[in-house]
Amino acid sequence: MKILTPIRALMSLAVLGAVLIGALMVGLASGPSGLSAREILGALADRDGIGPAADIVLRVRLPRVLLGALVGACLAVSGVLFQAMLRNPLADPYVLGVSGGAALGGILVLSLGSAVGLGYEAVPPAAFAGCLITTAILYAIAGVNARVSTTSLLLTGVVFNAFASAAIVFLASIAGLTEGASIFLWLIGSLSSIRVEVSGWVAAFLVLGLGATIPLARSLNLSALGGESAEQLGVDIDRQRRVVLIASSLMVGAAVSVAGLIGFVGLIIPHLLRLILGPDHRLLIPASALGGAAFLVVCDALARTVLDGRELPVGAITALAGGPLFLWLLRRYHQRVLA
Amino acid sequence: MTGAALCFEDISLQFGDREILRGVGLEVPEGAVVALAGRNGAGKTTLLRIASRVLRPSAGRVSIRGVPIDEFSRRDLAKQLAVVPQDTPVSFPFRVIEVVLMGRSPHLGVLGFESRADVALARDVMARVGIEAFADRSILELSGGERQLVLIARALTQEPRILLLDEPTAHLDLAHRVAVLDLVRDFARNGRSALVVSHDLSLSARASDRLALLAEGRVLDCGTPAEVLTPENLTAAFGIRADVIPAPDGSPLVVPRSATSERMS
Repeated sequence: MKILTPIRALMSLAVLGAVLIGALMVGLASGPSGLSAREILGALADRDGIGPAADIVLRVRLPRVLLGALVGACLAVSGVLFQAMLRNPLADPYVLGVSGGAALGGILVLSLGSAVGLGYEAVPPAAFAGCLITTAILYAIAGVNARVSTTSLLLTGVVFNAFASAAIVFLASIAGLTEGASIFLWLIGSLSSIRVEVSGWVAAFLVLGLGATIPLARSLNLSALGGESAEQLGVDIDRQRRVVLIASSLMVGAAVSVAGLIGFVGLIIPHLLRLILGPDHRLLIPASALGGAAFLVVCDALARTVLDGRELPVGAITALAGGPLFLWLLRRYHQRVLA
Repeated sequence: MTGAALCFEDISLQFGDREILRGVGLEVPEGAVVALAGRNGAGKTTLLRIASRVLRPSAGRVSIRGVPIDEFSRRDLAKQLAVVPQDTPVSFPFRVIEVVLMGRSPHLGVLGFESRADVALARDVMARVGIEAFADRSILELSGGERQLVLIARALTQEPRILLLDEPTAHLDLAHRVAVLDLVRDFARNGRSALVVSHDLSLSARASDRLALLAEGRVLDCGTPAEVLTPENLTAAFGIRADVIPAPDGSPLVVPRSATSERMS
């Protein structure tokens, strides 16, 4: 009869931390110029950062690997939060239309930005704004009379997603060839054109999101048995839904704005970790941050190396690996949980 | 102001044009088990939801030992009052022990890791309710009756002063029905109280000190089970003809015969 204790939680997080460090090393070692583990460690330890190995590791790969880890963490944590809030293990940031809103903002600039003098650098802020506007719309429509209903949220998200998809198709069809290619890459999700200076912002949103929602972890456990039941156990369910909706939307907005639409991370990682560690959100939320970070860093390493001399969008890797993995997890889940 | 464990004063509730409750007054004394009966839709569950503050009445107030429930924080109210719902949706595979330990939430801090004493209490309650054998099973695997027992264990682990039970025996076999009602009676000793919604009138009569009949949003009658369970009241509350005969222990046994002509029409 194992109960989650602080020691057990810390031990699980330490193991996942070690997995993340391993993934970061794989990420740093992956690329066209073959560097040995000793060269990588040497470059990391070199304070002055002089030499070709230091150039590659510190200036090219490390920023990308770190930003990949931050984006993966944001997506996985938003996934687990949306699933907890909607009480649906198959929910993710896409379900509520939050990703769709961010995509619409980004693609609006990609397709029409050049006409008004906006370059690629305007895409992340536009995507972020799209995400915030979507969240505000969701909130306004679903939170009528100050109560946030999960059914209304889901329905609003489904309708908004359909609207965003139609608008994206419209914008892609009127865009030129070059813009069309950028839109395609952005819709699949890629870490190839990320800008290093945004890492701080993504990290800040991740820390804010985790800081706001980890204290709610226990109340999210109680919500698993229904919102009313949680209220009767002392949970302010409306406040909980507001904080979770806003925090997870900010994290998704930050991730999508720098890397486009990378799918499956928010679905697979919480699902996999729930199978291994159990459904307790006190462990699942921080564990998803570490697991999501490790997963996206490894997927990005694969994206950079699987085709010799060419780079695949990381979103294609997460979808190709994630689809079958998710189906397998779903089967395991049903065998184990509903047997 | 009254010092009853739980007191409903002149509670009314309206949804649009529909009046669900009309001036309901009811007291649950300290140390007593009060049964609440009535037709489907009579407002029994609504009354429990108002007591646990998930629903606000249009008029009237609820108080616990004279203190209006609005004056309690959510956590403090959850320390006073635990609810056993008819059933509950479950979305994640929490184990039975984890669900039972959720009852400790109002007593824990922010992250709320349970102490050894909390775990010992949960184990003790599970043994009393008879569910210790499936402590490590996922709640998603359980039958409706087993799940109901888990929710009862969770409410008892909450250590409230007042227990609100909404048809706690609906999914249970006869042996478990008797066992649960005995648990409720045990709970009501030492100055604690319970309000039990039940459709099993004979069993409620045996297990409760007082019984209230709700009909059309009002309290039709309230008193000892023998006073309230009369053929006339049963006709008025349920639209049935019924015989009421004394059981060997003196409690009334309700034997339904037929629906009245008004009910049939």
